[in-house]
Amino acid sequence: MNNDELKIKITGLFPSATFEEGTEWINISINPSELLAVAPVLRNDPALLFDFLFCLTCIDWKTHFTMVYHFSSTLYRHNLVVKSNLDRENPIIESLSHMWRTAEFHEREVYDLFGVKFLHHPDLRRLFLTDEWKGFPLRKDFEDPVNMINL
Amino acid sequence: MIEELGTTTEGDLVINIGPQHPATHGVLHLKVTLNGETIKNVEPHLGYIHRSIEKMCESLSYRQFIYSTSRMDYLSSHINNHGCALCVEKGLQVEIPSRAQYIRIILDELTRVASHELWWGAMAMDLGAFTPFFHSFREREMITDIMEETCGARLTMNYIVPGGLMADIHPNFQNSVKKFILQFKKTIGEYEELLTGNIIFQNRMKGVGYLTKEDAISYGCTGPTARGSGVSCDVRKYAPYEIYDKLVFDEVLETEGDSFARYMVRIREMSQSIRIIEQLIDNIPEGDFQAKTKVVLKLPKGEFYSKVETARGEFGVYIVSDGAATPYRIKFRSPGFSNLSVLNHISKGYKLGDLVAMMGTLDLVIPDIDR
Amino acid sequence: MLLFSFEKIVDSINAWLNNTFSPNMVLFFQLLFTAVFAMTVFALLGLILVLMERKVAAFMQIRMGPNRVGPKGMFQTVADTMKLVVKESLTPDGADKFLFNLAPYLVMISAMLILAPIAFAKGFQIWDINIGVLYVSAISSVAVIGILMAGWASNNKYSLMGAMRSGAQIVSYELSAGLSIISIVVLSGSLSISGIIQSQADGWWIFKGHIPVLLSFMIFMIAITAETNRAPFDLAEAESELTAGFHTEYAGMKFALFFLAEYINIFIMCAIGAILFLGGWMPLHFGNWEAFNHIMDYIPSSIWFMGKTFALIFLMMWFRWTFPRLRIDQLLQLEWKYLLPIGMINLLVVTLMAIMGWHF
Repeated sequence: MNNDELKIKITGLFPSATFEEGTEWINISINPSELLAVAPVLRNDPALLFDFLFCLTCIDWKTHFTMVYHFSSTLYRHNLVVKSNLDRENPIIESLSHMWRTAEFHEREVYDLFGVKFLHHPDLRRLFLTDEWKGFPLRKDFEDPVNMINL
Repeated sequence: MIEELGTTTEGDLVINIGPQHPATHGVLHLKVTLNGETIKNVEPHLGYIHRSIEKMCESLSYRQFIYSTSRMDYLSSHINNHGCALCVEKGLQVEIPSRAQYIRIILDELTRVASHELWWGAMAMDLGAFTPFFHSFREREMITDIMEETCGARLTMNYIVPGGLMADIHPNFQNSVKKFILQFKKTIGEYEELLTGNIIFQNRMKGVGYLTKEDAISYGCTGPTARGSGVSCDVRKYAPYEIYDKLVFDEVLETEGDSFARYMVRIREMSQSIRIIEQLIDNIPEGDFQAKTKVVLKLPKGEFYSKVETARGEFGVYIVSDGAATPYRIKFRSPGFSNLSVLNHISKGYKLGDLVAMMGTLDLVIPDIDR
Repeated sequence: MLLFSFEKIVDSINAWLNNTFSPNMVLFFQLLFTAVFAMTVFALLGLILVLMERKVAAFMQIRMGPNRVGPKGMFQTVADTMKLVVKESLTPDGADKFLFNLAPYLVMISAMLILAPIAFAKGFQIWDINIGVLYVSAISSVAVIGILMAGWASNNKYSLMGAMRSGAQIVSYELSAGLSIISIVVLSGSLSISGIIQSQADGWWIFKGHIPVLLSFMIFMIAITAETNRAPFDLAEAESELTAGFHTEYAGMKFALFFLAEYINIFIMCAIGAILFLGGWMPLHFGNWEAFNHIMDYIPSSIWFMGKTFALIFLMMWFRWTFPRLRIDQLLQLEWKYLLPIGMINLLVVTLMAIMGWHF
């Protein structure tokens, strides 16, 4: 499906989702509590069939976090970007690792670098940094006087 | 290299493989739980070469950050740079002259062949055949010599800039590449006989490490790892960039899903890359090698994503920009990261000796995974 | 007319000894000279074989190999041995000290003992025992004890695992090697080394016995590659998979002994192969082509023997640098499911051939 058809379909399925304008692929924003309702539909709906989660990341906008999920369908070759804003003090969101197994590692990475907690993740531990590391490096307010050189 | 850590109460043995390997994978630490010789669980421990490149790039300019990706997957450095440059060009909405496009693709495919040559030699060495390593490096030397002449470096070729290339190609470029193609065609038959046709090798690879198509998609595998299981995921085919849509080449798919299928995919991909180079090498158009861009690049506010097909799979660059001269957030979607996550799944129930064959066919480069 | 013959040298030394000393002293001196000879042969062979391995590897890998130490790298092994000698020979903490120290010597001694019946040249044999071949087969089994001892006494789970694998491999492939040896014994009708060589005076068994003996020869070559733990059967010491097998914990001189013993084993096994299948020191004779045989006789028998042995050693090195490794279960499967049945059937065929006289 091309972008317009996709927009119509998504609006039909999730009326509460907001769209961003002027992007290459359809970007929708949902509430973090809605993720678990939206994701299975995206995966299983026969017209959508988003079975390939190719990027899972987080952006720190000093006031809040945004979780960004990039989905693609190997059958229809259409793409979708799902975003969700999280509270910066207590970032929690459901894990998608039971539906897309690639999310297991990606969510561990986001937990390691941003501190976002993923509920029902099979094994949420730090991935790159040692288990005793304090702090979340990719946050904009991460200070490390020893190792970081601010240009 | 290996330490025995202790037995669990059920009589399982937990051993460490790595982080120092005699093989070429890099610093990968695997905690393998064995029951006798059978693998029950493989847990990768990453981070030995984590340099937080993504955070570093937040303080580099749009011209500078591209070259940090050469250090990520150093065997496909051209292709990684290409991906970053495409993303920046998407943001700047600049048109690339066709001369630059042709040369970028020739260098990309040469890099792919060089990466697969090294993979082939290293994998043979892991399985105990020491000679193919030297033979494959003989070809790889020819490619790195071409790179050295053109770009000035043998491994981390910082040659692609947003807008085109940093400098024009060496006048000797076409002749060197043609000589390489002749040599390659002579020796690829030797490789088939030496290793692929060897019954010992086939017995070690066939039936080892089955990856089904659904699992490959679910785990996010791309590149030859997924194509060995029948997943059609070549970015050059389904989302062509530059002039790939005008080129004639096959996407190599195998349906078996075992290690031998993944091995054959890579061997055939080398021939396909040579096919692409042959279509381009005589037809490089005249013109500029670089589009005119400002000295200090500033991407408009927004998000940009571009994907390229590296030797390992789909490499994605996601730039979030807020209008400044440095990116606000960059995420590199590295192919090795997802390919590694499937190792635990495919190695259950096999023997320890098979783990080496499986890791070899996944073609992991750890700096790519750790970033 | 032979240019020079070892037989004459040995005879002249014996004559001189008998003339000069009393019979007991003669025996003592003979033993002394034999011991010195054996150790010299060992040292020289070790030197030559290690260098040969590296140069052959380099030749197959399109590079040059050691070429700095000495002209064309000839003294490389001397340098290696000196390095190993000056290294600290560590004994791990919980290791069984007596067995740990004894193991390398056991492996070396069994290698040296097999040197006794081998005929280097016409009449140049330390001990022509009448059950020569049986003796060789028996003593080569003793080496397994040394390997298992080394693995156990190291107090290291990986050494033990590697030693068990090695032990299983060696014990299994001895059967195939034994069957191949028996097929030649059946054809030549004698167990003694000199008897077997004499029976090849009108042609080597590999030509006289045509297809069944050729099959025996191939099985024998595979079996001895496996017995000496060489690629493609070197899983027990594969670096990219597990630790270095039973000799992980050994360093310095003890490791040098294992290393040397491995190469001497290769030489000895190839020498046995040359004796059984390729005629030992017997020149290439073809039945009753008198003129041809006469010309072949001009080349000294020691050169024949060494030439054949080194050709087989080159073959084994060729295997190592060409093939990838077999997994341990594939290795044992090869032996028990394929080589052993084929060997047994082949033995029956050879016996039939010997009885009916269908060989040349």
